[in-house]
Amino acid sequence: MSKLLTMREAIADLVPDGASVALGLQLEQMIPFGAGHEIIRQRKRGLTLIGPISDILFDQLIGAGCVKTVIAAWVGNVMMGSAYNFRRAVEQDGMKVVNMTNFTVALALQAGAMGVPFMPTRTALGSDVARENKFFAEMESPFAAPVGEATPRPDGRGRPSPREDGKLHAVRALNPDVTIVHVQRADPDGNCHCWGNFGVMLEGVRAAKRVIVVAEEIVEPEVIASDPNRTVIPGFLVNAVVECRYGAHPSPVQGYYKRDDAFFRQYHELTKTKPDSDAWLERWVYGVADRGAYMNQLGGCRVDNLGVKQHAYAAQADFGY
Amino acid sequence: MVACAAREIHDGEVVFVGMRLPLIAFVVAKRTHAPNATGLFENGVIRSTPAPELIYTMADPPNILGATQCLDMLGVMSLLQSGRVHLGFLGAAEVDRFGNLNSTEVRGPKGLTRLPGSGGACDIASLAQRFVVLLEHSKLRLPERVSYVTSPGNGDGLGWRQRKGLPRGGPVAAITTKAVLRFGDDGEAYLASLHPGVRLDDVLANTGWKLRVADDVTQTPEPSPQELKAIREYDKEGFWTT
Repeated sequence: MSKLLTMREAIADLVPDGASVALGLQLEQMIPFGAGHEIIRQRKRGLTLIGPISDILFDQLIGAGCVKTVIAAWVGNVMMGSAYNFRRAVEQDGMKVVNMTNFTVALALQAGAMGVPFMPTRTALGSDVARENKFFAEMESPFAAPVGEATPRPDGRGRPSPREDGKLHAVRALNPDVTIVHVQRADPDGNCHCWGNFGVMLEGVRAAKRVIVVAEEIVEPEVIASDPNRTVIPGFLVNAVVECRYGAHPSPVQGYYKRDDAFFRQYHELTKTKPDSDAWLERWVYGVADRGAYMNQLGGCRVDNLGVKQHAYAAQADFGY
Repeated sequence: MVACAAREIHDGEVVFVGMRLPLIAFVVAKRTHAPNATGLFENGVIRSTPAPELIYTMADPPNILGATQCLDMLGVMSLLQSGRVHLGFLGAAEVDRFGNLNSTEVRGPKGLTRLPGSGGACDIASLAQRFVVLLEHSKLRLPERVSYVTSPGNGDGLGWRQRKGLPRGGPVAAITTKAVLRFGDDGEAYLASLHPGVRLDDVLANTGWKLRVADDVTQTPEPSPQELKAIREYDKEGFWTT
């Protein structure tokens, strides 16, 4: 069954006001900017954004007034440092931020993906991130050695033995209303191939109530089935598939286009004040109807420059028998 | 600063490489004294060769090309948590006397300044066998006590990490634009070496507490020709280094 929709349809159908939306899950790669811009154009409100680090997409959604709460480990412009809409929203407007760490975002989504209420970890013990944070609770391991019993020692091979004593953090499960991911290629049913770094996309997809896949290319199901080890998302988890060439610009998509570093620098320079940021959104989001118009505005020369200059194909894997 | 950071990586070690400046420190180490170091990046990448060209973020395509493995975050963070990572590299807005790091928020006379947040820094500081932090040397950046502990160092001193349940680790060095601070058995920072041309009183005056000075305080060795070559070949435009 084809799940192909236009970006406009997918966002209208699957991202209601007030939804919790996980996006930017592959860290600095394959950030679904095209989908984020459509959310802004449709003037969605009261969203909760979920992600490990967001680079500048969260900042744009915040600047456009779409966001009520952010659950994230890091919000900024990875190359340049601070993101100004995020700063203004927190410092002046008191926007709520639930501070996480990258690992605990991954664990919260993994708990959601596994259908358990929490995942245990040793990270962030003693950190203020965990204080007054509903995603963290301290617990003792139920398998802790009784007091006075010897604790395991390193096994002498340079690897520490598992410790069974001591305190842990329980990290509460997180199930986004909708997860949006960008991949290289998908079939119309939503089976996806993706390569590069995955960040927390796998857990983010499995934990989500609904999933939107944005793909550079739509391919025949046989292409996906030819290399099942590269299939990162099985179609039955997917609600909508959107074909969107350059949908992740200015972030990179391995094998398709590189990172547009200048765009991140320019965003940093052009969004220092609220009026400047509004003008940026007007030019690059409200003022363009869709991704095609956005890429036209970017210009053919710049787009060509971002393209792959030297292909680097993986060796073939033989699935024959 | 970058050369100095690179020297903290010993050959053969497994290193967790944080965002921004640590990215280049890892490359310099790989191209000079630590060719057998392995780099883990929180986006899921594991590399045993340095990225072939300059990267601004760990997910830039050159950091994927030729990688040893492209995993997910849970995969690399699990390796960190189980103790497989010798050294973690971090940046921070503030570092205090006991090596606690703040990259979340600062409350000053002008009100709240919101910073980007932990990213993976808290995880690296919590779970690596040792960690090194890089930052600018100023009184503002080096307060006696950080107002927000994003990433745990030695807390309030000896035994704090153990009491909190942290399995291992802690800070071994804060490499600043002026000096290298190291940490004593009591968990407190001390001045270990001054960068070439930096005076002792300059460092003391620009540190937010009465900084202890090692009896044998030395001068940080100048970057070697090989280190300078590695830095300049990699960061041609001087984006990370000037």
